[in-house]
Amino acid sequence: MSFYEVISRYRDTGLDGLSGRVSEDDISRALSKEAPGEADFLALLSARAAGRLEALAVKANERGLRNFGRVIQLYAPLYLGNFCENECVYCGFRRSGRMPRRKLAPGEVEDEAKALSRSGIRDVLMLTGESRAETPPAYLKACAELLKKYFASVSVEVYPLGLEEYSGLVASGADGLAIYQETYDEDLYRELHPAGPKRDYRWRLDAPERGCLAGMRRVNVGALLGLSDFRREIFLTGLHAAYLRDNFPGVEVSVSLPRIRPQEGGFSPRAEVSDKDFVQAMLALRLFLPRAGISVSTREGGAFRKDLIGLGVTRMSAGSRTGVGGYAAPEITRGQFSVEDKSGIEEVKTLIRARGYQPVMKDWT
Amino acid sequence: MHDQFNIAGLEIKSRFLLGTGKFPSNEVMRAAIEASRAHIVTAALRRIDLDSEEENILDHIPEGLIMMTNTSGARDAGEAVRIARLSRAMGAGNWIKIEVITDNKHLLPDNAETIKASAILAAEGFIVMPYFNPDLADARRLRDAGAASLMPLGAPIGTNKGLCTKELIKILVAELDLPVIVDAGIGRPSQAAEAMELGAAAVLVNTAVATAQDPAGMAAAFALAVEAGRRAYLAGPGAVSETARASSPLTGFLG
Repeated sequence: MSFYEVISRYRDTGLDGLSGRVSEDDISRALSKEAPGEADFLALLSARAAGRLEALAVKANERGLRNFGRVIQLYAPLYLGNFCENECVYCGFRRSGRMPRRKLAPGEVEDEAKALSRSGIRDVLMLTGESRAETPPAYLKACAELLKKYFASVSVEVYPLGLEEYSGLVASGADGLAIYQETYDEDLYRELHPAGPKRDYRWRLDAPERGCLAGMRRVNVGALLGLSDFRREIFLTGLHAAYLRDNFPGVEVSVSLPRIRPQEGGFSPRAEVSDKDFVQAMLALRLFLPRAGISVSTREGGAFRKDLIGLGVTRMSAGSRTGVGGYAAPEITRGQFSVEDKSGIEEVKTLIRARGYQPVMKDWT
Repeated sequence: MHDQFNIAGLEIKSRFLLGTGKFPSNEVMRAAIEASRAHIVTAALRRIDLDSEEENILDHIPEGLIMMTNTSGARDAGEAVRIARLSRAMGAGNWIKIEVITDNKHLLPDNAETIKASAILAAEGFIVMPYFNPDLADARRLRDAGAASLMPLGAPIGTNKGLCTKELIKILVAELDLPVIVDAGIGRPSQAAEAMELGAAAVLVNTAVATAQDPAGMAAAFALAVEAGRRAYLAGPGAVSETARASSPLTGFLG
């Protein structure tokens, strides 16, 4: 069993064509349903539905309130290392990129953890580039164990691992897995990942399932917006999340909508995703997946993030450093992407409160 | 006549229990608790942070109330037991609402795991309040496991759909001596009143209060509705007749 079988159904059908045939009635029908199906999701994502964003927003707001209340969970990323064997054309960490490479030694991980937990963060996301040589699974396990001493929840966003390796991370205290397919378009994927282990589309695609099987409590999927048509990518992201939800009912499935940012190497988005597109994507996901968490990182600017509260977002990163280290000592490497929201944790909390929501730091034990 | 409500031998001063999740702030939550006049409030251990000064939800719960920790997030009996023990070790007391959920799509409880956890925790001296799907056989198993009350859902958590399980709850009320507290799904005060009219001992509400425009106002409304429903139950409502009653009996000539 694999999501690959689901995705194969859509591979050759013109999704754009389907979306183009959506009528106003289809959108109204989708809005009136408590459990919108795939066709409804497509209607909500269609170009035609972009003209009905307010109606989508009202519904998404109501759905979000019922399921999550007026609460936003905060988390922070912790970059452990930036060694990478891949050549993702859009990424600042890619192998051929000329940047200083380093990884945190155990003592440094502990210093970072102390500094970050002092700031009130209880939910940490540990990240590395893809290098089994420099940041092998044993290193990841050791880091998860260290971090679990300081945080209620430890999630990982690293290269795809095997089932037993994920089980090892769970045993070391990790409870969440984030892994993004970047693009669900297999041909484009090959083009954007010309070298390195990441070339294996299927191995990455099936990683969230392996994480679920290994006992991760939370699994987060998504596509990097800006690489191709966002409607197609969001549609498949939604189906991926629904597939995981239906096959692993005990796992909390969530989605992210990372939007590409200018990075070292100067990659420009291939398909612009406007703020309006982003909002439509979030609203459609909220309606299609009423119970799924939706994360928004500091890739998005502070003012925009504030406006997103109430439209479906349930988790936000705060005070983020995207270089290796950076909480205990100043970052000495450049970040993976440039942080748009440079607000500190207290400022993020203030803006959440200003929208009548409660910032929550701890939501696991 | 004093209408006493006891759980585990302790007199509970209100039949309206309030959950503490989903509120826009701890201050709003506190105001809602006060307006609700609840005697028992429930908070998820996963949200309790004793190390944080501003975040510690327990600091915002008024003095003198019973804090019932819940095991939200537990996926099996083992996790529920671990959370309950942790809660007690943290000084949060003996009251534990057992919530074991293995389906995140519908957030429905897992009765089998709930029964297992109830037996273990009751044996360890906890006051066990299990949240479960209203099934008579399972209700008896929970009673035998040592549960102090039964907390059947009215509808799935957060749906505000009301008493979808009404007929099953009526059976639980009729068949078991334990207090039946309708938990989850109650969206409006009228639905809370209806649960009380059926003979439920109490009602637990969270989403409908926390996400109201005026949570304190809604909490007060629920308190009144619960009280009204209880009084109606005690007063014994007149029977509802299936047919019209002629004022002069049609068979009166038979003497």
